[in-house]
Amino acid sequence: MSVDTRAGTTKGLAVGGLGLRLRWRTILVVGCAAALLLLAVAAHIGLGSYRIPLGEVFEVLLGGGAESQRGAVLDVRLPRALVGVLVGAALGLAGALFQSISRNPLASPDVLGITWGASVGAVTVIAFAGSYGQLSGFADGVGVPLASLLGGLLAGLALYGLSWRRGIDGYRMVLIGIGIAAVGANLVFWLLTVGDVQVAARAMTWLTGSLAAAGWGDVPAVALAVGVLAPLTLFGARVLGVLRFGEDTARGLGVRVNLSRTVLLLLAVLLAAVATAAAGPIGFVALAAPQIALRLCAVAGPPLGASMVLGATLTVCADLAARTLPGVELPVGVYTAVLGAPYLMFLLIRSRREARV
Amino acid sequence: MPEQSAAAGNSLATRRRRRLTGLVVLVVALLLAALASVAFGERNIPLSAVWHAIFTPSGTEFDIIVGALRIPRTLLGLAVGIALGVAGALMQGHTRNPLADPGLLGVTQGAAFAVVLSITVFGMTYVSGQVLFAFAGALIASAVVFALGSVGRGGATPVTLALAGATISWLLLGLTSALVLLDQRGMEVYRFWRIGSLARSEYESAATVLPFLLVGLVLAVLNTPGLNTLALGEDIAKGLGQRVRLTRFVGLGAIALLTGSAVAACGPIAFVGLVVPHIARGITGADYRWLVPYAGLLGAILLLVADVLGRVLAADRFEVGIMLTVLGAPAFIYLVRSVRLVRL
Amino acid sequence: MTDGTGVAGEADPRQRLRAEQLRLSYGGPLVVDGLDLEVAEGTVTSVIGPNGCGKSTLLRALGRLLAPKGGSVLLDGERIDKMRTREVAKVLGLLPQSPQAPEGLTVADLVARGRHPHQTWYRQWSSSDDAAITEALAQTGMDGYAERAVDQLSGGQRQRAWISMALAQGTELLLLDEPITYLDLAHQVEVLDLVRRLNTERRVTIVMVLHDLNLAARYSDRLIAMRDGHILADGAPGEVLTEQHLAEVFGLQAMVVPDPVAATPMVVPISATGVEHHPESDSSNHPAEVA
Repeated sequence: MSVDTRAGTTKGLAVGGLGLRLRWRTILVVGCAAALLLLAVAAHIGLGSYRIPLGEVFEVLLGGGAESQRGAVLDVRLPRALVGVLVGAALGLAGALFQSISRNPLASPDVLGITWGASVGAVTVIAFAGSYGQLSGFADGVGVPLASLLGGLLAGLALYGLSWRRGIDGYRMVLIGIGIAAVGANLVFWLLTVGDVQVAARAMTWLTGSLAAAGWGDVPAVALAVGVLAPLTLFGARVLGVLRFGEDTARGLGVRVNLSRTVLLLLAVLLAAVATAAAGPIGFVALAAPQIALRLCAVAGPPLGASMVLGATLTVCADLAARTLPGVELPVGVYTAVLGAPYLMFLLIRSRREARV
Repeated sequence: MPEQSAAAGNSLATRRRRRLTGLVVLVVALLLAALASVAFGERNIPLSAVWHAIFTPSGTEFDIIVGALRIPRTLLGLAVGIALGVAGALMQGHTRNPLADPGLLGVTQGAAFAVVLSITVFGMTYVSGQVLFAFAGALIASAVVFALGSVGRGGATPVTLALAGATISWLLLGLTSALVLLDQRGMEVYRFWRIGSLARSEYESAATVLPFLLVGLVLAVLNTPGLNTLALGEDIAKGLGQRVRLTRFVGLGAIALLTGSAVAACGPIAFVGLVVPHIARGITGADYRWLVPYAGLLGAILLLVADVLGRVLAADRFEVGIMLTVLGAPAFIYLVRSVRLVRL
Repeated sequence: MTDGTGVAGEADPRQRLRAEQLRLSYGGPLVVDGLDLEVAEGTVTSVIGPNGCGKSTLLRALGRLLAPKGGSVLLDGERIDKMRTREVAKVLGLLPQSPQAPEGLTVADLVARGRHPHQTWYRQWSSSDDAAITEALAQTGMDGYAERAVDQLSGGQRQRAWISMALAQGTELLLLDEPITYLDLAHQVEVLDLVRRLNTERRVTIVMVLHDLNLAARYSDRLIAMRDGHILADGAPGEVLTEQHLAEVFGLQAMVVPDPVAATPMVVPISATGVEHHPESDSSNHPAEVA
């Protein structure tokens, strides 16, 4: 506990209106991660089979550049990078929320069933609406994301509704989540065996999480969702910090525990469902970003802002690898773990301080 | 005072008797489930014919169904159910995390990756080869997780183990996805392997991992007293003369062997290992010497019942993994909502 | 230094536990540096000192929970880290600060775990275990609560349940880290009466960390006052609890008067102007408790 108190007394920057007290170390982590993110986005736009030098990338973004460059940047690469940033941020934030509410580092949208609900929706459409693994037009462009969003939200509502019993209890929620995830996962596995192998492969691509098809059409929905939900969530940061001390302390400090948990849980579900609908269940981000953030910032629980930025950075870096590494292009979900896992392991080994969540 | 002391002594004995009775009840239930698993299926076999097939087989049609299909399938379910239930109880004890399934050590993903690797890279087509690859993959993955989770001062702790396991699992899942996306032969096998099934074409190859499973069971039983002390915190455990690192090592070794052989034999059926310990804990409380056998028996019962129901209700069109969650998950959720749970 | 009641008449009591040039740390700076200490058989010793002085750390090292950076701890003349830990557990019991029982664990189950060092893998219980458990429960007056869950007990009952567990271990030495924290005064006295009874009736040698100076003085044969990882005063309560020592150890201005009941020294605080703050060396800051 003394670690917490010391963290609280560290000098920091008071952001007047919000009443947030930010620690220098957190600011530094967020700053570095944001810089890395910017660099990754620039590389994402510049690199590829058609290379554009860094300087010209910014020129194009500011309205200049050659016609061919404008086409590659503005029509193809920029929207993909943007969706990556937004989806990664949403996943990082959702993961931080789930982990904080349940006080369990393993609680991520996958384990709790949200992404499996989304997957059931998407894979159902893929398995039954197309033929020979081909989907086109309406079913592909609107059907899959919509089905996935509905599936994710349904799973989230089930998680919330079934966990509620005179309040939301983190432990009970986690166990209910296991049950929902198990049903969802096995439905998906079964759906994979129903159709022929091309359908399964296509579904598998979606299940791994891919940004390959991301275009401007995906940006507004995700941007709107993240733009509205993220600020709401960040307002809850103070409440989360208090909830971490335990229910009674939180009540004593004047927090309406059940209301706060409900709101934060629903926000987390929405974020996870929107992100999954846009790009499929990109794995590992929601688990890793908060855990990396809390170790880098040396705080007791997952810091929301840093988790969000790190989630975006991890996702964009992974997609950069997916796009530019030689060979067949693999979905981004393959690389989030390949890139993120060694780094999280490194942090885990280096900082043997036990993480409290 | 003396009467009270006598009462305390009596209650100790009473409780032991009650727990022993419960164990006997479970054994009887398991035998019934096994009998049902032999008798019911696409074709129901009368008990007299089952008797005949087991003790005086003479090559009748029923004898062949029972001897070549039903009994191997039942034994496989029995072994795998016990293994997963026991491994799940140990896993949740060692990580002190209710979300820990026996595959958390990277066992499931290690086995999956090895199976896919054996097909896509080494062109393996024999089921027996796949089983061995799966087992090796499971053991290697869990060894890596244990090594990573225990580097540094203080050795393995619940949090580092859980995170190391989850991280390595994700890494392997990513690599597996890459392999199956690049090679459709891998996908073809993987999508069926992934569900987990007791219906096997070759029961002999599944049986090759049985010795490891038995070793795992012995280690698990040896581990329970130590786990009891660890549940009181590492300081108390050390104070009671328990060697903490050794206890962790034996426990995780048992989990790796049990889960590895179960997954190798019939694919990942994680749900048993996840759910059964919660139910067992509700019955026995936190004493692992009782919890572990209860979890093993419950795991076997659950798996056999799900398999029988799959055969009877859906003509074996749904694999046991699916039946298990479709029937088991709602029951589990109901249980979580209605019973005051014993927490870890 | 052993003029207390516990060593009735023996000329040269056996030294059970000894620390030699002990240097302790939690990976960072040294918390205890070059400490020597001997604990005589059949005595009750209390370690006192301000927060962060290293007294809990010392107790952990004596109980082999913390490996020393230098020096050694000897149990009956043998290096404790070279002994089989199970053999140590048959002689030396310990109770850390505010231990946590898993939810739903009954008192009987908890106390039964104290028998762990006496059990083998093939013999998980015996009638002697049952007898020891029953007696441990009776000693602490917990026999009526055997079937109750530990987490549903009151603070005093819970502490008695944990002490029962340590008793069931049946050791001749017992290390207790703040055994009366969070208890009300009546329960504090009750627990310390139990400690005293164990000492006189079963000749258990006890070393404990206490915060309450007056109770420490009343229930101990010997006090050890620590500050900044060193022993500043060591001896009978009357020798240690002086106004000068209190100023040195705690930065506390106080009057010491005889306890009207037990005639042991009693501290009446006046002011704490001399207290220094050591935020970085808070004793509760070691990793085991962050867990």
